[in-house]
Amino acid sequence: MDQVWLIPAFPVAGFLLLVLAGRRLGDPKAGWLATLAVAGSFAASVALFLSLRSQPAESRQITETLWTWIPADSFQVSFGFLFDELSAVMCLFITGVGALIHLYAIGYMRDDPEFPRFFTYLNLFIASMLLLVLGDNLILTFLGWEGVGACSYLLISFWFTDPANASAGKKAFVTNRIGDFGFMLGTFLVFVTFGTIDYLKIGEAAPGVAAATATAIALLFFLAATGKSAQLPLFVWLPDAMAGPTPVSALIHAATMVTSGVFLLTRLSPILEHAGWANDLIAWVGAITALLAAGAALAQNDIKKVLAYSTVSQLGFMFIAIGSQNYVGALFHMITHAFFKALLFLGAGAVIYSMAHEQDMRRYGNLRKYLPVTFVTMGIGWLAISGIPPFAGFWSKDEILAGSFNVQPAGQLLWFVGLATAILTAFYMTRLMIMTFFGGVEQWRSDAPESLPEVPDDVETTDAHAHDDLAHDGHGHDDHGHDHHLTPEHTPREAPVLMMAPLVVLSVFAAFSGVLNLPFADKLHVLEQWVEPVISGEHELPAAGVQWVLAIISIIGAATGVFFAYRVYQQRKVDAAKLERPVLANAWYIDATYADVVGGPGEAAFQGIADFDHDVVDAAVVGVGTGTGGLAKRLRPLQSGFVRSYAFGIGLGAVALVAFAVVRMSL
Amino acid sequence: MFTFTGSWYLVLAAAIFAIGAVGLIVRRNPLVMFMCVELMLNAVNLTFVTFSRMLNDVGGQAVVFFVMVVAAAEVVVGLAIIVAIMRRREGANADDISLMRG
Amino acid sequence: MRVEVFTFLVAGAICLFGAFGVVLFRNPVHNALSLVATLFGVAVLFIAQEAYFLAAIQVIVYAGAIVVLFLFVIMLLGVDRAEALESDPFTGRRIAAIIGGVVLLGGSLAVLLAAGQRATGAESATAPLDPALDDVERLGRVLFTDYIFAFEITALLLTVAVIGAVVLTRRTVGDPIDLVDFPEGTALDVWEAEHALEDEFDDEPEGDIADESAVESADDSAGDVADDEVVS
Repeated sequence: MDQVWLIPAFPVAGFLLLVLAGRRLGDPKAGWLATLAVAGSFAASVALFLSLRSQPAESRQITETLWTWIPADSFQVSFGFLFDELSAVMCLFITGVGALIHLYAIGYMRDDPEFPRFFTYLNLFIASMLLLVLGDNLILTFLGWEGVGACSYLLISFWFTDPANASAGKKAFVTNRIGDFGFMLGTFLVFVTFGTIDYLKIGEAAPGVAAATATAIALLFFLAATGKSAQLPLFVWLPDAMAGPTPVSALIHAATMVTSGVFLLTRLSPILEHAGWANDLIAWVGAITALLAAGAALAQNDIKKVLAYSTVSQLGFMFIAIGSQNYVGALFHMITHAFFKALLFLGAGAVIYSMAHEQDMRRYGNLRKYLPVTFVTMGIGWLAISGIPPFAGFWSKDEILAGSFNVQPAGQLLWFVGLATAILTAFYMTRLMIMTFFGGVEQWRSDAPESLPEVPDDVETTDAHAHDDLAHDGHGHDDHGHDHHLTPEHTPREAPVLMMAPLVVLSVFAAFSGVLNLPFADKLHVLEQWVEPVISGEHELPAAGVQWVLAIISIIGAATGVFFAYRVYQQRKVDAAKLERPVLANAWYIDATYADVVGGPGEAAFQGIADFDHDVVDAAVVGVGTGTGGLAKRLRPLQSGFVRSYAFGIGLGAVALVAFAVVRMSL
Repeated sequence: MFTFTGSWYLVLAAAIFAIGAVGLIVRRNPLVMFMCVELMLNAVNLTFVTFSRMLNDVGGQAVVFFVMVVAAAEVVVGLAIIVAIMRRREGANADDISLMRG
Repeated sequence: MRVEVFTFLVAGAICLFGAFGVVLFRNPVHNALSLVATLFGVAVLFIAQEAYFLAAIQVIVYAGAIVVLFLFVIMLLGVDRAEALESDPFTGRRIAAIIGGVVLLGGSLAVLLAAGQRATGAESATAPLDPALDDVERLGRVLFTDYIFAFEITALLLTVAVIGAVVLTRRTVGDPIDLVDFPEGTALDVWEAEHALEDEFDDEPEGDIADESAVESADDSAGDVADDEVVS
């Protein structure tokens, strides 16, 4: 089977059907249609994956060109698909996790008046994401890139009647746009250097590229990745994006869209291989982002915000791997992260659903009594992300840490930052679990949260004059119009089966997906062997003994993090207020700084440019018209209406012509 | 220069043409202006016939034939216009018809 | 040869005098007559150059028809009043025109004489002046073979010109005329005024024309009006 186009065809068809008939299908048929579309796409991915597997390792790719999109002489862009090992893996988990989340959303979004629209956007998103990973050239990837950005905007601001949600959507889109600028410049540079934007041809031509050019290309595409994958300096949109419904957060901001930056850089690994210090920059930006985000996560009170910062942090890990040229590690962590982060988000959504849409963890507590299934599944996710073996997160995180240890020049420092981040990860995730499911006290039973330290709310520190497009990040509540208030008499009940089933499935994967790339023997490196033909670049793993030591250190670190959180939040031996400082709660004031700069001098600069455009450029255009009018007015007296004047003019012309002829003759 | 050749005819024709051109610009009476145009046409006819003889080509005479036909048609229509415009005014001249101005 | 020189000198003088006359005379009728002189001179020159048919056509069409047309129009428009040459509003232009004319003459001469001496055109191989044939036949042969299309189109042109002349000069009913000069209106109005009361099919006389005084004055001045009336 080699009909690659089937994979994106299903969600596209679903999207079109929903556009035309979604409103008539309504709740829940529209949701089932969308889910079936993605499931169909998953089936096609599996079928194609199997057919790929049946081929020998050297020729595992299926290309399919549908038509020529831009036939411009030397710049030929075709609308074609490249289904090789890398895109096969991506398609499988995008469609698989996507289908599960669609299923979940049918239950979650029930009774929402805009139910069909949600699934329309979700299908469009899946279609764009598939286009992104299947495209065989940079322009097609960019089409998908922009498509997922647009869908992200549409879905974040799904409940746009609340201006805070609309602002969050705008912020996401605008911040991504800055990254897209890097993408476009990178594409241009690739075309100028290689004369093509086709991945296969780039792969062939890459070994001959100059180091400086490769570095420039790498940096430009990394800028694009920081936008899409929420790294420093463009990560500020992700915490605000929690304003969207939880399935959106799970799908887009945990499992798929945010990984497109990682995917892009992996696709361009032939170029990155020669990019010299750009790789170090990528690794360090990833590391610093991971650490800062982990710090911010431990001071958040909104359950979704914790997970948002956690996503930023885990993406930082993936970039550490890419910077160490450990693409397999990045890919491995991407897959396991998709499983356990989607699981955590969906679980958080179930908790929120059960708690009458309350998202502040300070009003939770002791929920394991009421929500056992949610508790168990989220517990598995917690263990996975904290890096406790044998769950998946441990294997993938450790792979990254081991890969970074030997990087020149400062590999050990990189490893250490990674380790610190892993410890913090364990800490804040345990904090989340304790505050939600343990704690002994059911906080919502009393009106005010007691015994928890007063951490200043995010909103209050926003400057009074900040524009609502920027730092104002409302509470991002899932505002269904349901009963919003959590009354003390509320008894939480488990969410319906439609929501629980995906949780269970995902927890299985979060538990066991470590088998994809176990480090013990070469044979067990299933993922690495699968993906190796499409990835360039070597990374050096430390010796086996060193790896064992590193692994043990990270296990100890994770355990320490868990234990310390236990002491602070369960036993209350240490005052949490000392840890949850305002600077962390406000994410190191990065967002606020942006608001100040752009709102203040930035806006003045923009106004200046707009004025220049109006006064100089427009005036020039208008001036041409006015000038022509003035000239015409001056020439008008020539048309006097007197026939004899005209005859005189003709006579003069005749004389001139004759004189010209005479002159020509005599020369 | 004093041997008589066809060039003399050309000189004469050029003279008539120039006189006609000057007359066209100087006179205001539309009928006289028309007559100057006829003068110029005749000068051209003379030139053509001269060249036809000098170059031994009967095509020149054919051209003269057509020029005459066209001149006749032109005079008919032109005079009709003049009659149509000028019949109401006495002492009208070309300068009075200046409505088509910019 | 001497005959030709003599003919040229005489006819040429007639042409030049005629040309100056066209430009310089005040009375339009004199201008027209000068034009006739020029045309006649040109006809003679045609004969001197052995273009007999064209000479005949020149006299018949130009002098015979076109100039007569001019004279008719002069008569119609009554432009026998002299045009004041002195009061030209653009005197500067007159001088410029004369200078321009001189330059034009000089330039034309330069070009024509140089061309004439150097015989820039090749002698025609396709349509030579075959001495064996006579003039009319020569011209006829080339007209009806090489230039047949132009010939047909000129026929069309003449038809169009005739139609155009008729359309341009007709006076439609209700066309305003100068009531100062012709207070009774057009001749048609006068005739209607005269005959309206005699019309046996009319039950009541028409309002405007029933005025007796108008009818009387129409009768009285009918003769005068008819004399001065422009018949179109």
